[in-house]
This record gives sequence, C-alpha cells and structure tokens, in this order.
Amino acid sequence: MADRTFEVRRLPGMAAIAITCFVILYAPIVTLVVYSFNAGSSVALWEGLSLRWYAVAWDNVAVQEAAIRSLVVAASAAAIATVLATLAALGTTRTGPFPGRMTIYTLINQPLMVPEIVTAVALLIFFAMIKVATGYTGLAYLIAAHAAFCVPFAYLPIRARLEGMDLSLERAAADLYATPFATFRHITLPLMAPGIVAGAMLAFVISLDDVVITEFVKSAGQDTLPTYMLGQLRRAISPEVNAISTALLALTVLLLTAFFFLNRKRN
Amino acid sequence: MQAPAPTDTTSPLPAIEARRVTKIFGEGDDAFQALDAVSLSIRENEFFTLLGPSGCGKTTLLRLIAGFEQPSAGHILLEGKNISNLPPYKRPVNTVFQSYALFPHLTVAQNIAFGLQRLGKPKAEVADTVERMLRLVKMEHLKDRRTSNISGGQQQRVALARALAPRPRVLLLDEPLSALDLKLRKEMQIELKRLQGETGITFIFVTHDQEEALTMSDRIAVMSEGKVLQVGGPREIYDRPADRFVASFIGDTNFLPAQVISTAGPRARLAVCGVEISAALPEGVEGPALTMALRPEQLRLEAAGAAGALQGVLKDTVYFGTDTHFHITLTDGTPLIARVQNARTAEHAFRVGEPIGARPQADALQALHD
Repeated sequence: MADRTFEVRRLPGMAAIAITCFVILYAPIVTLVVYSFNAGSSVALWEGLSLRWYAVAWDNVAVQEAAIRSLVVAASAAAIATVLATLAALGTTRTGPFPGRMTIYTLINQPLMVPEIVTAVALLIFFAMIKVATGYTGLAYLIAAHAAFCVPFAYLPIRARLEGMDLSLERAAADLYATPFATFRHITLPLMAPGIVAGAMLAFVISLDDVVITEFVKSAGQDTLPTYMLGQLRRAISPEVNAISTALLALTVLLLTAFFFLNRKRN
Repeated sequence: MQAPAPTDTTSPLPAIEARRVTKIFGEGDDAFQALDAVSLSIRENEFFTLLGPSGCGKTTLLRLIAGFEQPSAGHILLEGKNISNLPPYKRPVNTVFQSYALFPHLTVAQNIAFGLQRLGKPKAEVADTVERMLRLVKMEHLKDRRTSNISGGQQQRVALARALAPRPRVLLLDEPLSALDLKLRKEMQIELKRLQGETGITFIFVTHDQEEALTMSDRIAVMSEGKVLQVGGPREIYDRPADRFVASFIGDTNFLPAQVISTAGPRARLAVCGVEISAALPEGVEGPALTMALRPEQLRLEAAGAAGALQGVLKDTVYFGTDTHFHITLTDGTPLIARVQNARTAEHAFRVGEPIGARPQADALQALHD
C-alpha cells in the first residue's frame, strides 16, 4: 500500500538528526549524574563508584541551609503564584470578551517577555528602597520576587484547562439549583484541579531553579541551592555540585512523573 | 433556597407565560433582536414545542425561561408569578442541554443526584429518587460509570434523568435529539413522550425538525425571525397554516394564486387557474388576489379535461417507495406537486409530457395571510 501523505519520519537522515539531538540534549546530564557517583574528587576523571559526594553534600551545613531555604521559597512562591494565577485564569476565561483583555494577558505574562536581568535589577533597586525605609531584610523579598515571576507559569496551564472546559457545565449546575459558590465548589474547582496542580508544580520547579533574580534580590546569607552552587563553582569544582544537581534533578523528575500519573488516572 | 413543590396538575394558571417578551443582544449598530414582543401561554402538563429554523429565537426564548438570559422587555411568568429576574438556580425549571452538559468528573448516579443535593434533600430521599430515575431511563446497570464512558444515547438518558430528578414544574429540552442518529432519535422520541406521560411534567421542547414537532407535541409554536407566527395542535398547524412561512416550513406545500369571485360570510368562491373552487376565508384574509396553500397529498389525479380539476401537463414523476410525486405544470405556468400513495398495482396511467388533471379534495385549499 503506497502511503502518499507527507511524513517527516520518512525523510532520509531524519533518524540520524533525531538521535544526534537527543545525544546533545542528554549526554551532559548523563555525564553529570554519572560523575556524581565518582569516588575521586575530580568532575572529569573517573575513579570508581561511591556515594561519597552525596554524604559530603548531606553533611554540609551550608547545603542544608540553602536546600531548606530553596524549598521554603519555592513552596511559598508556588502557593502564592498559584492562587493569583487561578484568580487571573478565572477572571480572563469565565467572563465574556471585554475590552482590554489582550492587554491583561500581556500584563500577566510580562515575566515571560521582559528579560530576567532587567527584572532582577529593577527588583534590586526597588527592594533596596523598601529595605532602607522599613529596615526589614528577611526572606519575604525573595518569596515575593519568586511569586511574581512564577505567576505566568502557573497561569498558562490553568487557563488552558479552563478554556477547554465547556461553559455549559456551569450553566447546567446553575440550572440544577447550584448557587454561584456551589457551582464553583462542586463543578469548576474539581474540573480545573489538574490545571491548578500542573501550574503549582511548574511554578515550584521554576522557582527552585532560579539564579538570576535570586542572586540580585537575596540579602547576605540568603543563598538558595542554585546560588550556593554558583558560589561554589567560583572556588573549587568538586563532584559535590554534581550530587546536589542530581538530587535536584531526581526531585523534579519525581514531581513531574507523579503529576503525569495523577493526571492520567483522572482521565 | 426554595424547593420546587410537586407539580400541581389542577392549577388553572398556565405553567409558563411569556408576555410581550423582547430580547435584544448587543447595542447600537451591532444590536440584534432575537425576540420581538413574543407572547405565549403554555399549559400545565403540556408537551409544547417551539419550532423554527436556526436563528428564529426559539433557543433564546428557552434560555429566558431557564434564566440564563434576562428579557430586554416583557415578562416571563411561572404559574402566574413573575420570574423574569430570578437567577436560574432559584427557578423550579430544569434544562436538558443540546450538548447534554453532563459533569465529566461525576458518575451517572452522582450526576442525577446533583440537583437534589443542591436542594438540600435528605440523603435517603436523594438515593431513592436517583434509583427511581435510573429505572425510569433504564440506566441502573451503568450508575457507577463516568459519563464520559457511556454512549451518546445513554448520555442523553442521563441528562434527562438529571433534569427530571428534582421534579421541576417545567422541563426545557434544547434540541436534545439532534446529536443522535436517525434510529436512536426515533426511539428517543417515543421515550420522551412516555417520560412526559409518566412524570406529568410540562415539557417545552425546542427543535428545527418539523416531523419531530408533529409526532411529539400537544401544541406547537412556529417561530421565525423572533416572532411567533402560529400556535396550535399538530393537525391545526399542518392543515390550517396561517401564513406562507408556516405552510412552507411544515411539510411540502403548493402555493397557488387565486382571485376572489364572490364572498358569502366566511366562505368565498375563488378562481384558481381557471377553475372555480369554494374555500373558507380565515379572518383578516381579503381578496381580490390571494395565495392558497395546497398539500400535495390532498390532490387526486384525473384524466385531462375533467370538470372541476386543475389542468396541466405532467412534467416528471419521482418514486419514493411508499408514494410517488407527480410534478405538474398548470396551464397558467404554476408548478404543482401531487403525492399519490403507491397502490399494489405498480403502474399508473399517466405519462410524462401528456396533459393531466388534478382535483383538490374538498376544503383542501387554505387561504394564507401574506
């Protein structure tokens, strides 16, 4: 049977290009993971299998503090960003078209478009003014900054979920004696839940990973895991960094896999 | 929240009354008038159909009764009480949506229980009613299924059960059969009639399918361009269409020009294509020139030249299994279609291209408002 439809897969050399791309994409990560188990203290010279660097990282008080700070900031920022993004998504999809809707989309997604370094410098100056005025130098600045740039990451999956949702479902609920609040509680919220979870996870991972804004906004002694690692690289490179990176990678993969299975079970 | 009381079948008040209801969407140059001072009275316990082509305003009227839209002018009354400004969740009216709008995260039974739970019914009563509804629509075996895992016909039944469970005073059905294939549709037509009989609830059914309207309805309102053109029983609508639109929208119709020769009370003698015919003149219809509607099956074919029969030439015959359509051009050029049931003797005596006579049955000609 002659198949006449155009298929990219059948193009000559397609397989080779695809394999090359995947190798370039994953080879560095695989190397990083492999060398995190290196017994020696080089990131390029293999000296045998060991969990030595995991133990070193685990016992390193600076790593512990940075990791806890990272998790606190990421969890707080993700929670705040998800609530805001949910409200924004409801506001932009559950009403009729209104003038200025495109402007609002743009405003919400601003962090995706403005170069991160610009936001970082702006926040540095702005927060400095507040710090002078209030004298407060706690973690709230970092959380606020992270929450702000996480909003669009949480917003996009939630909005996508809501846009795919039949408006007549809410009408049907209202028709069946559900007050607006009951409709939200029993219909809208359960149906948008996978979007909210996806948005929260994305926001969490994005926050966990941030360097540029964190580097500019953090006060002294407020290193997160990524900024701590950056600081370490300036001194001596040891497989300890590999171990921390691998642990972060594992956490991310675990979260995304859990979400994938959760989502598949729902459908 | 107020609970709808059981349907009171002795109520002398109409179940639903629309009083000069107007609905305008948009404003300024974009304004669109979906309903134009529509007045309707729908009786308790009636199977009432809103029939018309898409864009005629039938669905808008349904949405106004459900409470999803508010009238721009006029009132909607439920058993004499003005409900125009009540939100949907305070109206004892339920809807079967065209898309069914079943809640995808709930099971069949949970969908049916939804309205009862919102009304705050006790658990045991909810469970009882859900069981009864499942039996009523023959879905007991699928009660724990997600609604996304059942067929279109089954979803239809669940949507019906869900809307009937709270025992609304009025059930609104928005083209609920349009997504089903022909065979299933015929079954569901009978099913809907049965459910209406068993529950005794007033049904307001919206459709653009004239056959569906004729088979199911107690009364039909024919709508076009935001206006109600005629309200009546299926027979009345079919046999006595009030105007050209109703006549052409429902069934096949021949339109014949006629001149009034003389009138005597409600009757008149007319000249139709050179033949003198007596016909009733409805109120408000006046000559001298009239348009008459004539159903194709109310004609008898005769030999050319027969006295009192319309004369013409047979142009074509189309075989339909149960009957045959004879396409005739009358002597004044008017096209005419006659439908004749096929007798067991397969052949008829009329030949294409030869003269032919067609005799309207007594009182078959219907004068139309123009």
